[in-house]
Amino acid sequence: MLQKLFYIFVKIGVLFLLGLNVRRKELLPASGPAIIVANHNSHLDTMVLMALMPLSKLKDIKPVAAADYFFSNPRKAWISEHVLGIIPVERERKDKTWDPLQGCYDALEKGQVLILFPEGSRGEPEQMTGLKKGVSFLAEKFPQAPVVPVFTHGLGKALPKGTFLLVPFFCDIFIGDALTWTGDRASFMEALKDRFAALSKEKNFAAWE
Amino acid sequence: MTLFPLHGALLGIWAILGAAIVIVFWLSRKNTGKDYSELVQRTKSWWVMIAIFTLCFLVSELLSIIVFALISFLALKEYFSMIPTRRADRRVLFWAYLAIPVQYFWVADAYYGMFAVFIPVYMFLFLPFASLLSQQTEGFLKAVGTLNWGLMLCVFSISHAAFLLILPPTGTNSAGGAGLLLFLLFLTQFNDVAQYTWGKLFGKRKIIPGVSPNKTWEGFLGGVGTTLVLAVLTAPILTPFSWEYAAAAGVLIALAGFVGDVTVSALKRDLGIKDAGSLIPGHGGILDRIDSLTFTAPLFFHFTRYFFY
Repeated sequence: MLQKLFYIFVKIGVLFLLGLNVRRKELLPASGPAIIVANHNSHLDTMVLMALMPLSKLKDIKPVAAADYFFSNPRKAWISEHVLGIIPVERERKDKTWDPLQGCYDALEKGQVLILFPEGSRGEPEQMTGLKKGVSFLAEKFPQAPVVPVFTHGLGKALPKGTFLLVPFFCDIFIGDALTWTGDRASFMEALKDRFAALSKEKNFAAWE
Repeated sequence: MTLFPLHGALLGIWAILGAAIVIVFWLSRKNTGKDYSELVQRTKSWWVMIAIFTLCFLVSELLSIIVFALISFLALKEYFSMIPTRRADRRVLFWAYLAIPVQYFWVADAYYGMFAVFIPVYMFLFLPFASLLSQQTEGFLKAVGTLNWGLMLCVFSISHAAFLLILPPTGTNSAGGAGLLLFLLFLTQFNDVAQYTWGKLFGKRKIIPGVSPNKTWEGFLGGVGTTLVLAVLTAPILTPFSWEYAAAAGVLIALAGFVGDVTVSALKRDLGIKDAGSLIPGHGGILDRIDSLTFTAPLFFHFTRYFFY
């Protein structure tokens, strides 16, 4: 309920303040288990990807985010869990007795859709860094779940790391063909990287120095 | 009912749209082999755009001014999204956006003096100042130049169309400012369509291939002729112009519309993109649709103001 209300506002904000140019929206998974992987530039990434989904589906779409950031204090944790529906993962694992991806396994088990940012951090806006391997563990364990790459551009210009001033920009959201499990983790990561490289070359993006 | 001529003109525009829909339908029925999907999409988009403007004209002046402010916002956003910008200038872009409500407030307030100088003087002086506060001088000149140009093109120019709205009715023109605005919009957009259609049918000699390879002399002259005739025909309903002035306004709009069109084409060509955006299906972005208007609006406004107000 709270989540739906929140995303009604987000949808309106995205429509007026940002404006999206979405290519191949039909490739987004309509139902789980599935994994959406996107590049990460801004806090807006999750919200925009969620805003692309119908309101009725939101409860089954789970962004995966850093526990140390989103669950750092009780208020943030409450919002992260109840409004954003975040599944926390430990970025730096101290306790080796349990799998940090357990929350993700459970969600996929339940047929939910995960949103994952394999770059691990927003980093420098509009620059892609190396992809972390976590997603390949998920794909290995759930080979039937399609992995859908989504390349976004512009959100890091609108709201980069370290600021609260949102400046309107049109943003591009390019959705690629789903990847399926290739048989081993290294080749899977390679294939995913290639998908992102291809998506990012679809358009000449304006320079951002 | 003082606005009666305006209603008649709106009905006329809907009749033209209806005819266009019938023609497109007939074409796609006749040559089943050819792909008319873009033409169909374009016509559909026209339907939506004309519906929005009809609603504005019928509801109120203020709503129309707000819609023009929104058009400026979308156009400026499209412009800022497609040009190279500096990270250091995020705040400057934010100020530039804020100029939109202010500029349209002068319109609604009928404060002509401020309306005419706010962007070319005050924003012109303020944006470089806002930009230097980041203390990053590398790329400063380029940033200031491009930001100001965008503000002039997307906000200052377009706001002249909205300012027409608040020009009062005169003895010979009961349709008032709304009539003038409808005259400008109709002729500017129809001129685009006419130049395109004449070019498609008879186009041979390229007019400015380095910028816009599809534009031809035949299309250009056909457009000027069509717009001139339409201006003379519609002026008695919508404007205070006698036929000589109507003809001059028609030629002015046709010429300025062409220049505006190729100016935005030059910008897109420089940036290596085909369309400024994807907001209007079949047309491209909003800048692709209002490119002509960025030139016709201020010129037609001053033409009218100088001779009739």
